[in-house]
Amino acid sequence: MAGIKVHGVPISTTTMRVLATLYEKGLDFELVPVDMKGGAHKQEPLISLNPFGQIPALLDGDLTLFESRAITEYIAEEYSDKGEKLLCQGCKKLKAITKVWLQVEGQQFDPIASKLAYERVFKGMLGMTTDPAAAEELEAKLVKVLDIYEARLSKSPFLAGDCFTLADLHHLPIIYYLMGTESKKLFESRPKVSEWIKKITARPAWVKVLNLQKK
Amino acid sequence: MRTILQGSLLPPPPIKLSHSSLLFSPSHSHYSNLKFTTKSSPSPPTITMASIKVHGVPMSTATMRVLAALYEKDLDFELIPVDMRAGAHKQEPFVSLNPFGQIPALQDGDLTLFESRAITEYIADEYSEKGEKLMCPGCNKVKAITKVWLNVEGQQFDPIASKIAFERIFKGMFGMTTDPAAVQELEGKLVRVLDIYEARLSKSEFLACDCFTLADLHHLPVIHYLMGTDSKTLFESRPKVAEWVKKITARPAWAKVVDLQKQ
Repeated sequence: MAGIKVHGVPISTTTMRVLATLYEKGLDFELVPVDMKGGAHKQEPLISLNPFGQIPALLDGDLTLFESRAITEYIAEEYSDKGEKLLCQGCKKLKAITKVWLQVEGQQFDPIASKLAYERVFKGMLGMTTDPAAAEELEAKLVKVLDIYEARLSKSPFLAGDCFTLADLHHLPIIYYLMGTESKKLFESRPKVSEWIKKITARPAWVKVLNLQKK
Repeated sequence: MRTILQGSLLPPPPIKLSHSSLLFSPSHSHYSNLKFTTKSSPSPPTITMASIKVHGVPMSTATMRVLAALYEKDLDFELIPVDMRAGAHKQEPFVSLNPFGQIPALQDGDLTLFESRAITEYIADEYSEKGEKLMCPGCNKVKAITKVWLNVEGQQFDPIASKIAFERIFKGMFGMTTDPAAVQELEGKLVRVLDIYEARLSKSEFLACDCFTLADLHHLPVIHYLMGTDSKTLFESRPKVAEWVKKITARPAWAKVVDLQKQ
């Protein structure tokens, strides 16, 4: 039995963020499926794991965590000596810059990009239709963010610096979904962004996450 | 870089901000896109004294978050006002500090940071031995719980609460009117979050553990503003939340931040 349990589902972007981290670290874990259709995430026993009624939740021994970005940071620190390094090695300055780009993903990129993924991908799964005006408005906001990313990635191969970190990883699930829609042109038309996406989506750990969806 | 005048270190000159140059600018996206074309007031003279410089304004929630952390840590810093009305935050030289064109930005020696929650975490880490501890003491597992509640503030509380503050307070400053339907909808969402806070604070003195941490501090600016509006009832009607709000807003470091607004 694995010490680490993740309560979630492979198609959930937030669950995928955590799974990617676990695979990067080469850690054993058990994925405990949550019956989203049955509303299990809003009821006991899951709500005792995450009072906000959202997946994923992670258990590691007697520790229970929720919020995917808190979970990934915990994994990166607790298991810092295992698998891939997910935080830039070196001085505090580099650590601080990683924190900046972690916040950029969480505060600038994700609020827009996840709504866009909802419009273009998840609404369809729920039997609803995309609102083209909403999608267009979101894309107009997203390009401003991506222009900043383009400038940043012209100066360093990854967002925080020379190494792949959680700041890059946190983008993977939403970018993955958007690259399967017409919104992909926003990324493909920016050469540095495009190159960065190719690099991060080619990582073996990410491929393993996608393979989980096929089961 | 410290400038030594007449053989002794002088405290930084008080930051004088005239009313016309004061403009709140939260990290809220459509708020920060607003610009004014009135003539910018001259910036106060600055003498480089402290190694830490904060570019921002005392009324900005994001700036206040950083100032609170600096005061908790008892660190010297210089607050460099940004002329929001003239759109200085969207132009050089500021956009070289923060390409997203939002305040605050912080400089510490040759390190430049933006995103208030990255800045406060950096301050708490880099100056961990100074002033108040802003992280729960203990191992990675204890630290992890703080990370959870840091994310709760940033992902669950702030997206809703900062929009309410925008509706109730900052729109008025821009000559716009509050949308009551929007406020009602947002408050409907906020109460669900506050019910969870009520349950949490029944088990723990502060959000992450029994000590005050950044997870609590990050809430201060928006709560400060909401407590000056009708939305305060949402907080006051929940005993544990109300007690927590009283405790965190009574902290001396927070009082210093609020005092800056009065200058």
